[in-house]
This record gives sequence, structure tokens and C-alpha cells, in this order.
Amino acid sequence: MAKGALITVLLGLTATVWMFHGLPDGNGRAFILGLRAERLAGLALVGISTGIATVLFQTVAANRVLTPQIMGFDSLYMLLQTLLVASLGITGFVSLPIWTKFGGEVAVMAVLACLLFGTLLGQGVRDIPRTILTGVILGVMFRSANAFIGRVLDPNEYAVVQQSSFASFSRVDAALLPVAGGLTLIAGLAAMRLAERLDVLALGRDAAVSLGLRHGRVVLAALALVAVLISVSTALVGPITFFGLLVAGLTHGLIRSPRHAALIPASAAIGTLILIAGQLVFERALGQAAFLSVVIEFAGGLFFLFLLVKGRIR
Amino acid sequence: MIRVTGLSHRIGRTPILHEIRTDLPKGKLTALIGPNGAGKSTLLRLIGRLEPLQSGRVTLDGADIAATPTETLALQMAILGQQTAIASRLRLRELVGFGRWPRHRGRPTPTDKDAVTDALRAFALTDLGDRFLDEVSGGQAQRAYLAMTVAQDTDWLLLDEPLNNLDMAHARSLMARLAGLVAGGKSVVTVIHEVNYAAAWADHIVAMKQGRIVAEGPPKAVLNEATLSDLYDTPVTVSSHNGRPLVLHHV
Repeated sequence: MAKGALITVLLGLTATVWMFHGLPDGNGRAFILGLRAERLAGLALVGISTGIATVLFQTVAANRVLTPQIMGFDSLYMLLQTLLVASLGITGFVSLPIWTKFGGEVAVMAVLACLLFGTLLGQGVRDIPRTILTGVILGVMFRSANAFIGRVLDPNEYAVVQQSSFASFSRVDAALLPVAGGLTLIAGLAAMRLAERLDVLALGRDAAVSLGLRHGRVVLAALALVAVLISVSTALVGPITFFGLLVAGLTHGLIRSPRHAALIPASAAIGTLILIAGQLVFERALGQAAFLSVVIEFAGGLFFLFLLVKGRIR
Repeated sequence: MIRVTGLSHRIGRTPILHEIRTDLPKGKLTALIGPNGAGKSTLLRLIGRLEPLQSGRVTLDGADIAATPTETLALQMAILGQQTAIASRLRLRELVGFGRWPRHRGRPTPTDKDAVTDALRAFALTDLGDRFLDEVSGGQAQRAYLAMTVAQDTDWLLLDEPLNNLDMAHARSLMARLAGLVAGGKSVVTVIHEVNYAAAWADHIVAMKQGRIVAEGPPKAVLNEATLSDLYDTPVTVSSHNGRPLVLHHV
């Protein structure tokens, strides 16, 4: 558990630097601290939700290359957003109470994800290439449907949709933080409760059923959690594709344990650490001269390659 | 006793099993034999609830498996399917440890740890316990899966081609171990490809062809030249060794 302690210490250090680096004296102090805390919370929520979602999804899919994003979870969420704007109009969309809107979206996401991906993955993924292909096609379909509805939308309405369809770590919607935080907390705790059953699930369907695991039920529960967590992350910063793969790969490479009780918190911590450290480098060292995704993919990608070459990641 | 009645099964539109009815005796080593595609594995997987029943009924010691909670079944029956790769990095000891999961559900007791150690020793894996599953040979991995299944310590063991990947020494010692388990009061049902292992060790043989049971009974009654030649559609000579049938099919 030395690695766990190391990650925790690093995380604490980075968060402290994030909060207090270059803080001016005087009356702007409290305002800046509040602003920074808000963005820190946003980044942490995205890191936690993406990390846990990817680890859960890879266990259910019995595959270390798939991520919920590759299988179209985030495009499903984007499609829901567009449909909502298309059917309610801008005024209706904007005037919806945030808890109702987000809660409803998350619930619809969970149901749809269970229906779509549950039927794909529930029978124990006999045919992995077919499952992957179906998922990728579903993802493309959601994206195309999204683009199509975008075309027929009123240009003003489309602008509202478009604003949320690009990943941006600098623009976290503070109004979303309480509900996003609550959902992430609930989903994270639920994932921890599932941890031991996920360990058994990872043995494959045959072994899991023989050991008396209710396979279908655990698969659906895990997929519902993935849907909730991906909704949170997509709502906060928009669709991000590579990040989850990076976090899950690093988690498995560093923790090297089959126990989800260790993997789940580790993935949350690693996801948060990468995002905060990346944003820190991006904002304060590079002077916003690049994109955070570039920083993450460059530094994280190099580390990922290193682990891959060392044989720590299969 | 496992009682199968009226069991039919289709995969897609292809019929795999036709109206199977049979009784698998308790306290015996039962071998399912037959040519490729006879439906042996499907029958075993249906009994072990790895596939949902489409029609018919399976009872395990009188209890309908469709009506028994799967957690309860896991304490009475362990099934080992043919292997697929596992995505997580597991040490052999951890894999075998999962065999105890139905009993402790995540909180292993000293009894569970002893059972794992015993199972590792029984399958000559003690020295390999800390190796990762992807760092051992196919035969060693197969032995680890068998050790996991045996560690589950159930009255019934259902094994699908357990001799896959095993060399002759380990194959024979596995059959001897299964016979030992049966002598200790367990019941074993196994799909066997090499009919001589069935001839030498099984107490009860079920011969299947094209989704139907064509013969069942003690080895001497089933393993004769007429039945086997007909079963495999190839001429087979049956001799005798130590009072048990010896099937000469390879010359």
C-alpha cells in the first residue's frame, strides 16, 4: 500500500500548490481561493468519475482497451442534450431546474445504457470483436444522430448544443457541482459495495456463475454506475476520449492487484491527480499556451507507453 | 442424483439437444463421451446453469435448478467450463482462492485459507502459487482452474474437458484425484474426449451422438466394439486391460 500512500501524498501536494501558488495579498484573496476551490472540485469530480467508470467498464467488458467513450456512452449523453434542446427550445432548456434536468438525464442514461450495453455484454461477451464493433457503431450512430439533429435545429438553439459538445477543462459549470458531486459520491460508494462481486465478475462469466454470482445483475449494476459517472464527467467538461484509457491503464499498471476494493479508489485518485497536475502545468507553467488534453496526452501517454513497454500493462 | 427430463436446446436455429432424459448417479464418476458436436458440453453447461434452460427440467438431488438460488447452487455444485483468458492479473493462489468465495463472500476465514493451500498442494502448484496466470503454461493454468473448482468443496463437480492441455502424468493424476474425490463421497460428471480415460476411471458412461443419448451404463456395458464403432462412425477395436475395457482407436 506504499503506492496508495504515495499517490495520496502527491495528490495532496498538487492540490495545495493548485490552491495557494502565486496567491496575491489583499482583498482579492478570498475571491481567488473560492474560484480555485470551485475548479479544483470540478476537476476532481471529472477525474474520479472517469477513472472509476473506465475501471468498471473494462471489468464488465473483460477488455483493457475498451472505454465507455469508445463504446459511445458520452455521445449518448450528448444526443440526449441535443434532443432536449430540440424538444424544449432554448428557453425551456435553460429554465429547467438543474436538479430535475441533470437527474432526469442521468436516469435516462442509466436505463438506456443498461438496455443497449446490457444486451451486448450480459451474455458474457462470447464474441468480443462483435461486441466492440457493435459498440463503436452505436457510438458513431449517436454522434451522427446528434450531428443530424444539430443541422435541423434553429441556429440559436444549435449554438447552445455546440457549446457543450467540446471538451473544455477551463469552463466547469459551478452550478452543476453540488448535484454532480452528490451523484459521484453515491456512484463511488455503490461501486465500492460492488467491489468484491466485481472481482468475481472479472474471472469471466462461466467461473462467476459457477461461484454463485448473479452475473446479469452485477453487469447491469456496473453499467448503470458507468452511465451515471460518464454523465457527470460529460456534463462538467464535455466528451473526453483518451483520458479514461490512460487512467485505467495507469491504475492497473501501478496497483497490479485484481481487487476492485483497491482499484476503484486508486483510479479515482490517479484520475484526479492527472487532471489537477495537468491543468496546473498548463495554466501556470505553460501560460495557457497549449490545451490540457495535449498536456495529458503527452505526459500521460509517455508514461503509459513506458508501462506498456515494461510489460506492466497487458 | 442429477435428473434431466425433456431437455431440448437450440443455438440460433440449430438444434443441439433433443428431448434428453437421463439420471446421473450420485457418488459416481460419470463420463460424457461422444464425437465432436454431440452436445456433451451443452448438456453439461445446461445442468451447471451456465446457459439458460429453453425447455425441460434439471433437478439436483431433488431440487429444481431453475428454482434454486444460484448462491445455494454454488454450495452444492461447481462447474468448470472450457477456459477463456482472464483480463485481470491474478496470481494462481488468488485464482484458487476464488473457489472459496461462495462460502465466505469476500471475508475469508482460516478454514478458507487452509482449503486453498490444500488445493494448491493437491494439484502440485504450491511452488507456482505466487506466479501470475499469464506467466504459466496452459497445463499449469488448467490445473489452477481445477484446483479452484475443487476448493469450492461441493458435493457435485461438473468438468468440461478437464484433460485439455494436461500432459499424461498430470492427466492420470487428475483422473486418480477425481476417483479419490468420488471415493470420499463426492459426485463427478466430466466430459472426456479420450475415451480410454473414461474406460479406465469412470463408474458410469453416457454416450451421446447428434444431440441424443445413444447408450448409458457401466463402462463394460457401453464400451464395446459395436457401440463405439457406431458412436464414432469409425471401426474401433476394444481389448481389455486389468479387467477394464481398453479401446484401440488410434491404429
